[in-house]
Amino acid sequence: MSEKMHMELKVWRQAGPGQPGRFVTYDAPGVSPDMSFLEMLDLVNERLVEDGEEPFAFDHDCREGICGSCGLMINGQAHGPERATATCQLHMRKFSDGDQVTVEPWRAAAFPVIKDLAVDRSTLDRIVEAGGYITVATGSAPDANLIPIPKPVADASMDAAACIGCGACVAACPNGAAQLFTSAKLQHLNLLPQGQAERWDRTISMVEEMESFFGSCTNHGECEEACPKSISIDFIALLNRDYVRAQLKQRRLAGQSFP
Amino acid sequence: MTLDSRIPPGPIAEKWDSHRFSMKLVNPSNKRRFEIIIVGSGLAGASAAATLGELGYRVKVVTFHDSPRRAHSIAAQGGINAAKNYPNDGDSIHRLFYDTVKGGDYRSREANVHRLAQVSLNIIDQCVAQGVPFAREYGGLLDNRSFGGAQVSRTFYARGQTGQQLLLGAYQAMARQIALGNVELHNRTEMLELVVKDGRTAGIVCRDLITGEVFSLSAHAVVLATGGYGNVFYLSTNAKNSNVTSIWRAARQGAYFANPCYTQIHPTCIPASDDFQSKLTLMSESLRNDGRIWVPERGDDDRVAGQIPEGDRDYYLERRYPAFGNLVPRDVASRASKREVDAGRGVGPMKNGVYLDFADAISRLGAPVIEERYGNLFQMYERITGEDPYKTPMRIYPAVHYTMGGLWVDYNLMSNLPGLFVLGEANFSDHGANRLGASALMQGLADGYFVIPYTIGDYLAPLLGEKPVPSDDSAFAAAETSVHDRVSALLSTNGTKSVDHFHRALGKVLWDNCGMGRTEQSLDKALSEIPAIREEFHRDVRVLGDGESFNQSLEKAGRVADYLEFAELMCLDARHRKESCGGHFREEYQTEEGEALRDDENFAYVAAWEWLGVGREPTLHKESLEFESVQLATRSYK
Repeated sequence: MSEKMHMELKVWRQAGPGQPGRFVTYDAPGVSPDMSFLEMLDLVNERLVEDGEEPFAFDHDCREGICGSCGLMINGQAHGPERATATCQLHMRKFSDGDQVTVEPWRAAAFPVIKDLAVDRSTLDRIVEAGGYITVATGSAPDANLIPIPKPVADASMDAAACIGCGACVAACPNGAAQLFTSAKLQHLNLLPQGQAERWDRTISMVEEMESFFGSCTNHGECEEACPKSISIDFIALLNRDYVRAQLKQRRLAGQSFP
Repeated sequence: MTLDSRIPPGPIAEKWDSHRFSMKLVNPSNKRRFEIIIVGSGLAGASAAATLGELGYRVKVVTFHDSPRRAHSIAAQGGINAAKNYPNDGDSIHRLFYDTVKGGDYRSREANVHRLAQVSLNIIDQCVAQGVPFAREYGGLLDNRSFGGAQVSRTFYARGQTGQQLLLGAYQAMARQIALGNVELHNRTEMLELVVKDGRTAGIVCRDLITGEVFSLSAHAVVLATGGYGNVFYLSTNAKNSNVTSIWRAARQGAYFANPCYTQIHPTCIPASDDFQSKLTLMSESLRNDGRIWVPERGDDDRVAGQIPEGDRDYYLERRYPAFGNLVPRDVASRASKREVDAGRGVGPMKNGVYLDFADAISRLGAPVIEERYGNLFQMYERITGEDPYKTPMRIYPAVHYTMGGLWVDYNLMSNLPGLFVLGEANFSDHGANRLGASALMQGLADGYFVIPYTIGDYLAPLLGEKPVPSDDSAFAAAETSVHDRVSALLSTNGTKSVDHFHRALGKVLWDNCGMGRTEQSLDKALSEIPAIREEFHRDVRVLGDGESFNQSLEKAGRVADYLEFAELMCLDARHRKESCGGHFREEYQTEEGEALRDDENFAYVAAWEWLGVGREPTLHKESLEFESVQLATRSYK
């Protein structure tokens, strides 16, 4: 039904980790406006296979915007031009016939390129392993309705927990900082009554783990802009508050007194 | 070989308790002497890894994802059932058990389903304690909603992202065990072979997806929790990388594959928009509460929906099923849409959908009410199709969503291969021929948190003091060679067609012949076409790049090669089951109203297939299903 579009793609090609990369230009005719961005890449890749050229690698899986696998810099914007939309949910009707589209991997020191457009984001897992959980041995939980949680608290926790771990916040940040990701996980747990017992230790370990890989936050706000789930930058403020309080508590435990 | 389901004796409500007492235990300090491999990191795999690691076992987790949190459980929207009876509306363990057996059209194993209903209570407690932010009432207590196939409200949910939140809970619990050193994570690693030695499961052979290195992991037991095989149809609501490979590789080593023909088709998905469509997106079936489904009377009616007058529309569900109208069960709604589209009355540019129209509801209730109820779904629809459902009707069509079949397991969730356990969607056990909404998440977590931690000990206890088969044993070497050979065969075929070409061709054959409706004739057709596609695949597939680096085409090629073998078994199973039940609808066997017509006398059994080789007839083993607590009856929702 809809007119086909003719695009030109500039795609980052890199054979492997630590190897030199470069942009390669591909002609992409016959693009339907109803295709998702990833389906457009599938189409180009399919033609590359026909022509005997190795297709470019990119991570993707659910294609419903929830698994967090996909993530591309599209014309310099993390996940492309549509707000609150992961790459897989972006559709070609947001582009115009004849557009040149530059496609790059996430660029961040903590996310080394694996190949072409695929990067290694396991540093985000390391942050969670450092304390992004509530310790509860299986089987030891009390009845679920034992602790009432005010709805606004549960809702705020859920707002933070909606993070899909795609890494767009890091890619969009001029400093390559992971504050939005870390604060979202931290506040998901720190806001809840169940999360209080480990709150201060969790805050310090996660922040320190984060700082061993990622840059520092200087409040640019690009992360919130790029986030496909519109996670609020307010969570970073809460992280900073909790971090300062955690530091004070730690020193008090070490025998120093504070007014 | 006879199939021993090892269902414990005694009244249904006491089986699990008495079984827990009769099972052997491994004492706490001995647990670290046992190694367990878990493949898959979704709800079942992650919850099992967290729990077994915490108990002290030495656990290795293998996932092809970059992070365990990406597993497809993350995409589940609706919720998780549990017989908590918080709303005080008549729920109980027995009712959840009954609803699940009935919903499965009496093709599941009673004892397993009852245990599932029992531990459903613990799951909610566990998840809340972990910090899963379930929806709450203003008083701070947990909220419930109702779901299909039940007359009580027993579904717990976290907005439309319940799967995500439950998976994050399990992933975080596992992350803690990783940090403690109890669980070793192998991400971006794919299991490509199961190794069996002297009648016991010895380990697996994997490929590191970044370096291409093929290596072996050995253990005392292997747990497969790798999800379903819906992607065999190419287009489904499953994530693109979901695959049958790990369970199929196990089936090739002798694990029986049970009921592969039981596949669930969900009625409300967004239809494909072009030939390059890569997957289908589910729209919650709650939309049918207010939307009216119709097609134009005439197939050649090219007018836009709004200009077609009432008299030229066919509200076929309301017409055919006046009592239930648009709220008929999933399978009935799906088949009815197919009938209209097949008759040429489909709508949309590819004439492959039906209208789901909210115009009446909007004029009756006003747009704000509709927005409050379905706003996020309308938004998602608009993002994908570019059409505004407040102004023009949605277009929907059924799509493959879940697979009830899987590897055969006994009551302990162990397959017929000693030491091979199978959890979650990958096994066959709990949903019979049809799964009820919000029950997949329940089963995944039940298996991982509350079943396998007990039952695996019963298998391991007698093995105390025995070392696992070393990973340089000849059995592993042979399996590694076979993986190397498969990889190099795929890379050296150097044909002319892409992997997706073959996957799409296979998907079309299955959808047309082994989809929503199946007949002896259509299945014969599929069974004659699949071997031809498979043969052409191995002769003419083109996989570029090499085996020593990150190569997504190669990964895909291996999975499609396995689908091309598995698909044949699925059609054979569908052909042999001469009855209709749940998601398996044989058009020859239906009531006058078009409902599924079961044949309890001849088919009240689990069909467990023993694979004997490509092109050879598999052997059928039957586990007959005894119904002691639930009366066999014709499923009716009228």
